[in-house]
Amino acid sequence: MSNPNTSSSGESHGSVSSYLIGFVLAVILTVLSFGVVMSHSLAPTGTLAALSVLALVQVLVHLHYFLHMGSGSEARWNNIAFVFTVAFVSILIVGTVFIMANTSINMMSR
Amino acid sequence: MLGRLSLSAIPLDVPILVGTFIGVLIVGVAVLGLITYYGKWGYLWKEWFTSVDHKRLAVMYIVLALVALARGFADAIMMRTQLALAYAGNPGYLPPHHYDQIFSAHGTIMIFFLAMAFMTGLFNFIVPLQIGARDVAYPFLNNLSFWMTAVAFMLVNISLFIGEFSQCGWLAYPPLSEMQFSPGVGVDYYIWAIQISGVGTLLTGVNFFVTIVKMRAPGMTWLKMPVFTWTAFCSSILIMATFPVLTVAVALLGLDRYFGMHFFTNDGGGNQMLYLNLIWAWGHPEVYILVLPAFGVFSEVVPAFSGKPLFGYKTMVYATCSIMVLSFLVWVHHFFTMGAGPDVNAFFGIATMIISIPTGVKLFNWLFTMYKGRIQYHACMYWAVGFMVVFTIGGMTGVMMAIPGSDFVLHNSLFLIAHFHNVIIGGVYFGYVCGMNFWAPKVLGFKMNEAWGIRAFWFWLVGFFFAFMPLYVLGFEGMTRRINHYDNPAWHPWMLIAEVGAVLILFGVVCQLMQIFVSIRDCNKPENRDFTGDPWNGRTLEWSTSSPPPVYNYAIVPHVSSLDAFTHDKENGIDTRQAGAQYEAIHMPKNTASGISAGAFALIFGFAAVWYIWWLAAIGLVGVIATVIARSANKDIDYYIPAEEVARIENEHTRKLMAQAAE
Repeated sequence: MSNPNTSSSGESHGSVSSYLIGFVLAVILTVLSFGVVMSHSLAPTGTLAALSVLALVQVLVHLHYFLHMGSGSEARWNNIAFVFTVAFVSILIVGTVFIMANTSINMMSR
Repeated sequence: MLGRLSLSAIPLDVPILVGTFIGVLIVGVAVLGLITYYGKWGYLWKEWFTSVDHKRLAVMYIVLALVALARGFADAIMMRTQLALAYAGNPGYLPPHHYDQIFSAHGTIMIFFLAMAFMTGLFNFIVPLQIGARDVAYPFLNNLSFWMTAVAFMLVNISLFIGEFSQCGWLAYPPLSEMQFSPGVGVDYYIWAIQISGVGTLLTGVNFFVTIVKMRAPGMTWLKMPVFTWTAFCSSILIMATFPVLTVAVALLGLDRYFGMHFFTNDGGGNQMLYLNLIWAWGHPEVYILVLPAFGVFSEVVPAFSGKPLFGYKTMVYATCSIMVLSFLVWVHHFFTMGAGPDVNAFFGIATMIISIPTGVKLFNWLFTMYKGRIQYHACMYWAVGFMVVFTIGGMTGVMMAIPGSDFVLHNSLFLIAHFHNVIIGGVYFGYVCGMNFWAPKVLGFKMNEAWGIRAFWFWLVGFFFAFMPLYVLGFEGMTRRINHYDNPAWHPWMLIAEVGAVLILFGVVCQLMQIFVSIRDCNKPENRDFTGDPWNGRTLEWSTSSPPPVYNYAIVPHVSSLDAFTHDKENGIDTRQAGAQYEAIHMPKNTASGISAGAFALIFGFAAVWYIWWLAAIGLVGVIATVIARSANKDIDYYIPAEEVARIENEHTRKLMAQAAE
């Protein structure tokens, strides 16, 4: 019996192939990250830059393939939730860096 | 085989615990025996434990909260008694090892299992009714959340008799909570209790967020939503945003303890200050998670008993939302003394002071709602007015501590203890009790006894001032928190006054228990029964259905055209229930044992993980996952109430209403 509580029409839940593509991409990006660090092929600053780029792409892959951002009729709520998440995570991360760095300098612990 | 667990883990050498254990055993056997004698197990299982009905879960949450109150309050009065005795050479009756567990358990239980459970109980009862919904968005998750919270509380109580509880305060700061300084099982009990109840709370947040976003009655736009629902909405957002931070912080502490990692240790590159930063990035929003719904309760109660609409509805909504956002930006005020420079401390100090502005707006809104109103001094109004006085004092001492300079003097002193009890008892607890008195007739179908309610209020109010005003003085005199005994003669008289306060609060708690007992005893007296469903001339939708509401809440989903929808309908002669309309079959979720099963496995997992019984922990974890998978694959989760059954229930209620009107 189809009913409004158990079926969820209007939302994109992805397909097996989209999950597989996402999974493969995520694995490739993870292997690349480890490879960059373990092969010592780049200078430290280069490694850091490469890791940052790979991490960012990883985030986008997750958002697109696993969290289904920007698809389906539920896109508006997905996007609101996403903006809110980014805002909160930024407050937490920027705040933490601000607090901990300031404490370290003030306490001369580094 | 049994990991760290052996017979020596049972504290037979502590007479207080042995006595408590015997007491719990006798009461427990008596309760279980009575249930068996009256053959109520089937009833409890079918109607309550496996229920996904939000109204039933609400009652179970509030019962859980009251049990937690009993445990948490017993801890509180033991601490006060210890400090009244342990002076000038007298060691008191609680050795430090035991005393440290008591204050840690008191804080943990009061926040996570009294306040959070009470709050979730009120959400469950009121939010779906207030927005004209038939249940929450995810009824099964609701049941699962309850059981996760309940088993986490059981885990805390098991620690009383098997092993020990954390001795590191309610937030388990490292490095004290690290393996090096706390090698026992106490912190592990704390970690798993927090993690398991955290799952429940997070799911509750998701559940109510979705319910409020998706399931409002037609016509109920955002600015026609009752204020309690608004506060529940903001609380849910805060839960979703911040509980993961708590989970991660405590999980990292767990990794340190279980796998020898170094996130917060002194050595190996760890930094315990990061734990303070993370735990308070959750901890500060947490207090707003608790207090916003209390504000919501007052915003419903004050208009109902003043016979006026709420003054400044929109400003109330904006104030709630701005408090929600600001609560993310103030967490450093819990650790100004950590050593950050003036830049950081000034920013967070000022952000903290700014929060008092929207809070002040709310206070004036309630006062102006009462102004020239036709005020009925019902027991609910006592709690509401008492809240305004007590909370204002607590808010002002909070602003004092928001000044980093004064915080350097007052940090971790009894002044702080007095401050946060001032806002949490005066704000959160008064609010929830007020809400319980206000909505009890809706939940249960009968009013709670008013005389005992008012007695409880006076004991709580006066007891509060006796118990905590001396603590402000002691804070200025330099007494720090978590002291086991002391020698300063100047402190002793104040501690004695605080003990008197604790005893007065004890009378308050007893009066509340009496109120519950008397209300249930007299529930069939005609003056106590609520036949109309609207005992207080309420303004919002929940009062338009019967008391207690039918399982589906609303036979016909109400249409909302204005704020205070029910008042609007009453004034315009519209029947919100649309009695006698063409009823249709109603689609409802089926009860499920999956929640209690997942909860039981989570309890096994938590207990086994505390004691390093790895095979049992594996069984517990697999059990939780298997239960959830089995539940997800189950398609037989709903049923229809036939239209004739709906018509029968509704006509019965209409007949009662007619009879009532004819009298």
